[in-house]
Amino acid sequence: MEHLKKLENDSIHILREAYSEFKNLCMLWSIGKDSTVMLWLARKAFFGHVPFPLVHIDTHFKIPKMAEFRDNLARDWNLDMIYGENKKALSERNTFPDGNTSRLKCCQYLKTDALKNTLNGKWPRYRMNHETGKYEIDKSNEPFTGVIVGVRADEEGTRSKERCFSPRDINNEWDISEQPPEFWNQYKTDFAPGTHVRIHPLLDWTELNIWEYILRENIPIIFLYFDQGAGKRYRSLGCAPCTMPVNSTAKNVSDIVEELKTGKFSNIAERSGREQDKEDGGGLEELRKGGYM
Amino acid sequence: MKENMSVTVVGHVDHGKSTIIGRLLADTGSLPEGKLERVKQNCRKNAKPFEYAFLLDALKDEQQQGITIDSARCFFKTRKRKYIIIDSPGHIEFVKNMVTGASRAQAALLVIDAYEGIKENSRRHGYLLSMLGIKQICILVNKMDLVSYRKKAYEDIVREYKEFLSSIDLTSNCYIPVSGAAGDNIVSSSCRTKWYKGPTVLEALDLFDGEAPLKDKAFRMPVQGVYKFTKDGDSRRIIAGTILTGKISAGDEVFFYPSGKKSKVKSIEEFGRKNVTSASAGHAAGFTLTEQIYVKRGEIAAVKDKPRVSTRIKAGIFWLGKKPMETNKRYLLKLGTAKSGMFIERIDKIMDTSQLTYKKKKRIDRHDAAECIIKTEKALAFDISRDISDTGRFVIVDGYDICGGGIIKEALEEVPENIVWNEGKISYEERCRQLRQKGIVVWFTGLSGAGKSTIAAELEAELFGRGKIVYRLDGDNVRYFLNSDLSFSKSHRNENIRRLAEIAALFKDAGIITLVSAISPYREMRDFARRKVGKKEFVEVYVKASLKTCEKRDTKGLYKKARNGEIKDFTGISAPYEEPDKAEIVINTEKIEAGEAVDMILEYLRYDI
Repeated sequence: MEHLKKLENDSIHILREAYSEFKNLCMLWSIGKDSTVMLWLARKAFFGHVPFPLVHIDTHFKIPKMAEFRDNLARDWNLDMIYGENKKALSERNTFPDGNTSRLKCCQYLKTDALKNTLNGKWPRYRMNHETGKYEIDKSNEPFTGVIVGVRADEEGTRSKERCFSPRDINNEWDISEQPPEFWNQYKTDFAPGTHVRIHPLLDWTELNIWEYILRENIPIIFLYFDQGAGKRYRSLGCAPCTMPVNSTAKNVSDIVEELKTGKFSNIAERSGREQDKEDGGGLEELRKGGYM
Repeated sequence: MKENMSVTVVGHVDHGKSTIIGRLLADTGSLPEGKLERVKQNCRKNAKPFEYAFLLDALKDEQQQGITIDSARCFFKTRKRKYIIIDSPGHIEFVKNMVTGASRAQAALLVIDAYEGIKENSRRHGYLLSMLGIKQICILVNKMDLVSYRKKAYEDIVREYKEFLSSIDLTSNCYIPVSGAAGDNIVSSSCRTKWYKGPTVLEALDLFDGEAPLKDKAFRMPVQGVYKFTKDGDSRRIIAGTILTGKISAGDEVFFYPSGKKSKVKSIEEFGRKNVTSASAGHAAGFTLTEQIYVKRGEIAAVKDKPRVSTRIKAGIFWLGKKPMETNKRYLLKLGTAKSGMFIERIDKIMDTSQLTYKKKKRIDRHDAAECIIKTEKALAFDISRDISDTGRFVIVDGYDICGGGIIKEALEEVPENIVWNEGKISYEERCRQLRQKGIVVWFTGLSGAGKSTIAAELEAELFGRGKIVYRLDGDNVRYFLNSDLSFSKSHRNENIRRLAEIAALFKDAGIITLVSAISPYREMRDFARRKVGKKEFVEVYVKASLKTCEKRDTKGLYKKARNGEIKDFTGISAPYEEPDKAEIVINTEKIEAGEAVDMILEYLRYDI
């Protein structure tokens, strides 16, 4: 079987296992290329439907147009769309762009804390009402016990140590050394109360695989990844103040595929444009242990 | 596009796995540009001899920074295909990771140090590979430079390891004398081992078979779910799952096990594609059926060749849990998408990988491999591992985690094919037609001594005399055997009636005229019986007599005992009787004889019987 086809089938299998095994399941959607591919795979797995909510953590510092892209696709594909945020940190302006904290702390507040409290239902969730097109405070605050996340093993070191079904403890923490084995397409689907399981359908995909698949399937993708004429494009999307574009004249998906095949970026980390990774050495590993994606 | 193959490299710690991987990457030109030179330079700077294993460490370091490839998944190419190397740490504590990595591989390189010889993990890893179903194994007798490339050193290891492999029903025809450090026989043939005529490591890899021809095997698809998204205006009812082996096409007759239900494939479904007519091994597929039978997650879909169904299996298992595996403890078994509680019934033997012997133990410790008999709570559908490995293996969950795996060697005491309620081939109507009668249940209720059993026995004799197939289920009789465990408390009375109703429903289904006589004092349970049997086939007969009359009759002397307090919970005296409010027939035995009562019932039933 062709490699992309095999990756697709394996991911669909994982998504279906997750859907059957977790009552309170959601998928994190960052609007980026990986989680958009994952969303497409979910539509394939469930024959055109997405039978679980999509959760977006809105830092309100995202590159503009990301929320617009999100809401348009949510309407077009009839998605059960939810967003969460750290209201307190935002209203107290306790953020890096406001100059009141470090990049890493800002990530901690606006992403990790917001994610944790949105997943466990302690902070309000905002759900799209498809009749009005507006977001309303969600009545349900039941914790999500299965969370589908679009991380890839080749993105950076810690992610390569992940399992497909990876447990997080009651504090949202990840114990790398004590992971259960995973074989024969059997996954960890039993878990203690209060804990949850992260599900990683894209673990085996590479950056090139993702773009080749977007090209083949013609998946709608936000334009920020393409050069708009200034010779720059984003390779990884995040908050505007902490995300830098790369030099590239790739104007569409096939340009990107060609660019990646030349090996232009083979010695530059995909997330090199993400400033928070660089702080404190191993910043991301610490963030991830604490629950960051 | 080139074919991909995943290869795992295993072996005892320090036997040279990383060196060999480093060599393969370097000598096939698969390292990032300048990498080899930089690592060599670094070594010169730090005044330490260069080793190929450093390449891997260097890759790991870079990976920490997010640059280049994932060290746990290195790539190199030959003319034939692209290889993905899954690195498996050799340290004993990492067996979990080794199993996780190796289970995804299609082939394995097992490294043995020629100088140090076969060690515990050389054997353990070999055993685990065989359990994991990796049949293409190439043994690399490494560090030949340390034994002066002596043929005998190589042959000793080959002989000893061959013997071990045959003891676990495994063979490998591929034993290569190599030196990772010196580069012998890795990518090119070495002149220092002229006595060796076999392939190099690279050649051996290219000789491995690619994807196993799973399409040619019998069709197997564990059902992951049955999807119906009616809320979104989609009326399809799709059976979804990943096809493990074989192929399915629209129009195929498809069976589901363990239930044994069958239907026909109406359409193969795929998002965004129309007119798909078949799907084969490896596909995350979906199909609809012509007949809407009730199928659920956990069953295995099959075409033609059927899987086995049983609750007892003989299995080879390996255990990775911290806590040892015990007999008489309940675990969860997961096979395909099925789950069942399980117990180890008996441990036959446990293999001691450090001493290459089998030993008798009462429990299975961490990293042990054992042969045992497993009893499952639910009937499982499966195949014997050597026939179809994908449906011949399972994992064992202890608490919340997967702690072991097993392969099925034999099905013991197979459960008959149609164990679960199924439509079968013969319907109730057909049975009735053949018996020339209608299977019904006549349910007599009333106080003790009201005359239920007397009338039922009369009716039975009368119907039998007319050539009917009839059977009487008497409450007292059933309490003698089937319900001997029940008292007369309300909950036990209810259980008594529940069982009676269940049996009566089965008898009725067989086409038999079934007469039940039981006090059945609670309305709720009589209604349960009515529902169970089916309204149309259920006739409630209230055999009525006042308490005073019954007590006066006292044919069994029970009222007297109850009055004296010798019997507790006696209906009418110390327990309630709820009069029927919807009985089809009411017979007042204070006014009519048993014979008249029989006539009344026959008259009512005439049409039905």
